[in-house]
Amino acid sequence: MLTKKKNNGNSLKRKFRLSEFLAEYTIKSVSFISLAVIVLIFVFVFREAAPIFFPKEKKINTEEFLQSETYGEEPSDSSASNSLEGYSSLNGSGDVADFKNLTGKDWQPVGENPKYGLIPIFIGSLKVTVIAILFGAPIAILAAIYSSLFANKKLREFIKPAIELLASFPSVVIGFFALITIATIIQNIFGVSYRLNAFVGGVAMALAVIPIVYTVTEDSLTAIPKYMSEASLALGATRWQTALFVVMPAATPGIFAALLLGFGRAFGETMIVLMATGNAPLTSFSIFEPVRTMSATVGAEMAEVVFGDTHYTVLFFIGVLLFIITFIINAIAEFYVRARLMKRFRGE
Amino acid sequence: MMNNKFLGKGIVIISALSVAAIIASLIFILFEIYSGGRDYLTWEFITGYPKEGMTEGGIFPAIVGTVLLVLIMSVACVPIGTITAIYLNEYANKKSILTKIIRFGVNTLSGVPSIVFGLFGLGFFIQFVGTGMDKVFSEPGQLQWGQPNILWASMTMAFLTIPVVIVSVEESLKTVPDDLRAGGLALGATKWQTIRKIIIPNSINGILTGTILAIGRGAGEVAPILFTGAAYFLPNLPGKLTDQFMNLGYHIYVMATQSTDVEATKGIQYATAFVLLICTFSLSFIAIFVRYRFRQKIKS
Repeated sequence: MLTKKKNNGNSLKRKFRLSEFLAEYTIKSVSFISLAVIVLIFVFVFREAAPIFFPKEKKINTEEFLQSETYGEEPSDSSASNSLEGYSSLNGSGDVADFKNLTGKDWQPVGENPKYGLIPIFIGSLKVTVIAILFGAPIAILAAIYSSLFANKKLREFIKPAIELLASFPSVVIGFFALITIATIIQNIFGVSYRLNAFVGGVAMALAVIPIVYTVTEDSLTAIPKYMSEASLALGATRWQTALFVVMPAATPGIFAALLLGFGRAFGETMIVLMATGNAPLTSFSIFEPVRTMSATVGAEMAEVVFGDTHYTVLFFIGVLLFIITFIINAIAEFYVRARLMKRFRGE
Repeated sequence: MMNNKFLGKGIVIISALSVAAIIASLIFILFEIYSGGRDYLTWEFITGYPKEGMTEGGIFPAIVGTVLLVLIMSVACVPIGTITAIYLNEYANKKSILTKIIRFGVNTLSGVPSIVFGLFGLGFFIQFVGTGMDKVFSEPGQLQWGQPNILWASMTMAFLTIPVVIVSVEESLKTVPDDLRAGGLALGATKWQTIRKIIIPNSINGILTGTILAIGRGAGEVAPILFTGAAYFLPNLPGKLTDQFMNLGYHIYVMATQSTDVEATKGIQYATAFVLLICTFSLSFIAIFVRYRFRQKIKS
């Protein structure tokens, strides 16, 4: 902005300097990297999942090349047969991931007749995520209300870093804690038959969701203009009345965004569910049964899979789904909610 | 009115209890993990190699692996993140669509699940870049770059941590007063000179905080390195970029879920979790402290 003004002055015409030019364009191009990474992630995760969408275009050369470093099993016959079947069979039998097989109710990727039904693992992800939100979000939102509206300055400066510290917990440590401690506590309280289940995973996931919901809610509560609460207080409302009937309604879009971001975080989180949910791909709605989530499926099975075969592409397909789902959730949180928030501040 | 009063009190109390619950669980986790691993936390544990099929001995290779991982990662993510932040804050026209797209890209990147980064590392770095490099540099049929190793794991992790650096550097760039920018330009310095000599030194705090936070994040994440380079057990430390490596987080995961005798190694698991927790914890503690001090300085 400042340079532009300078340029407009007649006597101060900017000389062309190579260093300036290089600096500006290097900086500009480097800043495109994060954008490029997004595109690359989509392209390359999609690329490995592509055989599902275009069974004929199996990349034979990649496959041949990678067969030299498979783990354990001899892959040649299985991948040969599945590329054959990729051409011919649409009946859903054999090692083929077509639409029918992918929407089945069973996830049994290993065996004579592998089934890649995504329903149970999708329900599993949803179940753990919903439990985490139901458990974590109220606590996080209430904590945000307390620290931004009720707590005095000193207390606030203690609470905020403490929750930031909770955010710095590695998810593998939370998963470990859930596996060892939370599972035992829940078994003792509810006397459940499976020690590791969706509920344990959900409670542990709440620990990962709380910091993000708290932070976004807190931000949106403190972003509410001061004059709104001051006007309310001046009219004789008490602090909690102001909090509940003035500040909270104004911050609703922000709280909604916080919930969405928490949902996205929980849906994609891997290590906690991988360690604490028991990892059985069951289609049930009981919260005390083991579940297997989409992310945990990828994390657990990718290491044992034969590079380039159907199971491998299905796992990448799950990655594509995870990417798309979290992308949509974040985009909604970003655009819709921010627009609503801005509109509200300007006065509807 | 009576009811209202109770309602008011109730809200304050419930929200205060929520805060207390969060802080209590924070302390509980810390205490639980510390008391589980207390007896194993010795100097030999930190500096020793695993023994007897991982049931005894130390975690030195995992510590070294984690440190190398975050160092290589920082070399990539700190410059990229810092430069992006400088572009967004100093050069970019804030209202242009391009800037908004870049910003949206950064936000999206920070929301991508870490396991998807892992898949990306496998699909891009190993299968595409690595395999391509092997075709050019290695002898035919030899796998050197086209397999999981510490370089690809670090690069995957770097992409994951770029947004952390950007957010932190931008925050501190915003606190550099416009007077300083104007002063630099008024004295005849060019824009790049102003940025290099005035703005970057004044926001070094943010770059430092961003680096620390990124390291803390990188040290704790496991999902991105599951299939891009982490190994369960290696007799030697990684000596070159094409080696695999051991990692604290991965070590905990494998010992707690895949090991043949989970009970026997419980103490080691606790102690490893405690070491990892202390590392990430103290890193973010330093970051929070630096940021806090910096904010105080700005205010005064």
